Amino acid sequence: MEISVIVNGVTHTGDVEPRTLLVQYIREHLGLTGTNVGCDTSSCGACSLHLDGEAVKSCTILAVQADGHEITTIEGLAAPDGTLHPMQQAFMENHGLQCGYCTPGMVMAATSLLTENPHPTEREVRIGLEGNLCRCTGYHNIVKSVLAAAGDPA
Amino acid sequence: MIPAAFDYVRAGSAAEAISLIGEHGDEAKFLAGGHSLLPLMKLRLAQPSVLVDIGRITDLSYIRDADDHVAIGALTRHMDVELSPLLRAEVPLLAHAAGHVGDPQVRHRGTIGGSIAHADPASDLPATTLALGATYVVQGPGGRREIAAGDFYAGFLTSTMAPDEMLTEIRIPKMDGAGWSFQKFNRRAQDWAIVGVAAWRRDGHSGVALVNMGSVPILAASVSAALAGGASIEDAAEQAVAEADPQADLNASVEYRTHLAKVLVRRALVEAAG
Repeated sequence: MEISVIVNGVTHTGDVEPRTLLVQYIREHLGLTGTNVGCDTSSCGACSLHLDGEAVKSCTILAVQADGHEITTIEGLAAPDGTLHPMQQAFMENHGLQCGYCTPGMVMAATSLLTENPHPTEREVRIGLEGNLCRCTGYHNIVKSVLAAAGDPA
Repeated sequence: MIPAAFDYVRAGSAAEAISLIGEHGDEAKFLAGGHSLLPLMKLRLAQPSVLVDIGRITDLSYIRDADDHVAIGALTRHMDVELSPLLRAEVPLLAHAAGHVGDPQVRHRGTIGGSIAHADPASDLPATTLALGATYVVQGPGGRREIAAGDFYAGFLTSTMAPDEMLTEIRIPKMDGAGWSFQKFNRRAQDWAIVGVAAWRRDGHSGVALVNMGSVPILAASVSAALAGGASIEDAAEQAVAEADPQADLNASVEYRTHLAKVLVRRALVEAAG
């Protein structure tokens, strides 16, 4: 089936099998491998990206469901000149990552959270990131990063 | 994990969706947000040969004031239920419970109708709408009919809807200021409840339903009867499992679930009493 999606501002049109997962389309058809696959069961959040501005788990959406919609992946966050998005900068400055595997999903979930709640409390950040698992940092510096990006450093 | 191959068709309206599902028979499934169905398909526990995508039927996504009740379109997402000012004012128990389904990413995609039609006894919204005395509106080739929540759940992941019927609306009586509580006990933030309780109380009336305490969501009618008969909260909570049929799994034994249900019903009744 032919689908057309806008990914990071660029329109892509192509044929997909209906069973193609959105994350598979993004990684294997478009070659955007910043979006990771972790658990593959919509638990870990590593595959989070934005669909029409909201964080979703792309392992649990079919590419055909995204037809006609707008997608932002981790590759689309930084400015064209390479200037990092404030959330990426905050993760870097606050050591919000160790191995980095969960990081693209964390950053996409965190930016979606701040769109809905620009100045969350620490507890709201923790609840807002409940769909994303990190096995390295114990979340402390991730929460710190998100609060810093919101302009409310812990 | 990739689902088994299937044919994909899109419906532009409820009538078209029902006609498509009728054409394709038992092997076809409706796809809404997909957050119950797609995980099962990826595990190959479900292998429908046709998916009828109803996710683009935008006129089934609404939350409307309808005098004594609030009418919610089946394709309304959990996030929209959670944040609805109307539901927060008139049916706060449902808005609150919707905010505890899965995690934010799941709530951006999953729909109230999908959760109810999936009829998972471990899901939050089937039991919550059952406690609230909801009515579900389903549409089939012969027209619409109403099913009381108490008559809807037929068994594990099974409802009394016919295969060619589609859930289109959920009607929830307004709570009229009733006290309420939602208790969800789980090991990790995004897990299903090991046991959950949705409860409300107002002027001697109450509704209490249990999550994950049987093969269907359980209405704890004996608790409400005890309260109506003047029993204390402690004595009423002892009736928590009278209608339940809990099963053991990796998370909990039958004994543990039984104990937990009584504790959580007691806590819910205390909180709902204000």
